[in-house]
Amino acid sequence: MGIPGTWRLRNQRLALIGEVCHTCGKKIFPPRDVCPDCAREAQHAFRFSGRGEIYSFTTVFNPPAGFEEYAPYTVALVKLEEGPIVTAQLTDVEPDQVAIGQPVEMVTRKLQDESRAGVISYGYKFRPRMSAT
Amino acid sequence: MKPLRSVGIVGYGAYIPRYRLPAGEIARVWGEKGEPPVREKAVPGLDEDTLTIALEATRNALARAGIDPQEIGAVWVGSESHPYAVKPTGTIIAEAIGATPYTLAADLQFACKAGTEAIQAGIGLVASGMVKYALAVGADTAQGRPGDALEYTAAAGGAAYLLGSAEESLAVFEESLSYVTDTPDFWRRPYMHYPSHAQRFTGEPGYFHHVLSAAQALMERTGHKAEHFRHLVLHQPNAKFPERAARRLGFRPEQWKTGLLALEIGNTYAGAALLGLAAVLDEAQPDERILVVSFGSGAGSDAFILRTTEQLPARQRLATTTRAYIARRVVIDYALYARYRRKLLTE
Ligand SMILES: [Zn+2]
Repeated sequence: MGIPGTWRLRNQRLALIGEVCHTCGKKIFPPRDVCPDCAREAQHAFRFSGRGEIYSFTTVFNPPAGFEEYAPYTVALVKLEEGPIVTAQLTDVEPDQVAIGQPVEMVTRKLQDESRAGVISYGYKFRPRMSAT
Repeated sequence: MKPLRSVGIVGYGAYIPRYRLPAGEIARVWGEKGEPPVREKAVPGLDEDTLTIALEATRNALARAGIDPQEIGAVWVGSESHPYAVKPTGTIIAEAIGATPYTLAADLQFACKAGTEAIQAGIGLVASGMVKYALAVGADTAQGRPGDALEYTAAAGGAAYLLGSAEESLAVFEESLSYVTDTPDFWRRPYMHYPSHAQRFTGEPGYFHHVLSAAQALMERTGHKAEHFRHLVLHQPNAKFPERAARRLGFRPEQWKTGLLALEIGNTYAGAALLGLAAVLDEAQPDERILVVSFGSGAGSDAFILRTTEQLPARQRLATTTRAYIARRVVIDYALYARYRRKLLTE
């Protein structure tokens, strides 16, 4: 992703900020301005807790360009405790230690750092939960 | 130094990456004998750097403080391994925790004492009433040249401290002192990947002179003796230096063992003294006095006397403890270490 995209998405990438529907209360991630449930517009920003569990996962051995050095890595659908499902890389875990239903938590890591001269792309990944609360 | 209004720590947090490189692996590769300076060191994963380390430590500090990030008026990150030469780590931290836009943000540089320098500055800013809370972080992903003595110890980790009024604090700063001289013990020029060090300046003229001078001057000024402290935390470039300095200050092993982590994680540079303090705060009881002395090459020391409050126990388990990060441990060999630290030429 280019510099403008990385910048535009910094709140959701760095802080896991989505939306909460002010009409029906549904939590929305990624933010999309229109509630997927009741189709109302203009949602409020909502900071997700970062806690969730593995809904499904797959291990990537042939990564797309820009992610080669991290392979093999596991990509998961993570069901956040507030409801939405997000797609994200897992980190700090061996691919054979991942299981459906496993509790995970959000951490911020480097997503891409291709050139030594460019902007570093940071964002959310998930790892097996170790937090106290 | 004593501020007009009392300041303390409202939240603290640690972070240590999970990979460990045993000293035996380094000795095996370079064919070296003798007792290594640490047992093993913490190594960051491929997707980790000083920012990600500082950010997780900061989130832990926020979890313990339970404050509104919008009330943080300064975000300062001390490190000698900031991800960018130009572009602050502090703004990324501030954005990620929701402290933007009305806050100071800057990166500090003073070898291994950049984090405690941020604390000194933070105390002043909070005490003056200019800001309600200040965040001070010390974090590093230190690199040692392959085959250099520093390769055994150059490690990764960090700790974050949210400073606020004494009334809200889990530990209060009673007094502090800073001590600096121009000493050529260790340096890194721009564009150089690895630091250089002058062996004859490393021990006595560097570490011991500054740590002991700062500690002794602060104890003298406050009238404290070694036995008045429950805990001692010193900068820890290895396990031996802090032990030797502690003995020379008249301390006993039970005073320094909780805060001495170097044997298990190596030298985390700007994170080292601050991680030691985090490990102590994880275990301390209310009304205990702690002496913390950092050291940064170049050279200087910041010394702090802290006293824990009744508010500490309730916040100790609100975030992952330092010991939990140390226990989360994946041992790697030198080959994986070379890959994770990007020491292999791939093109
Ligand atoms: Zn809705």
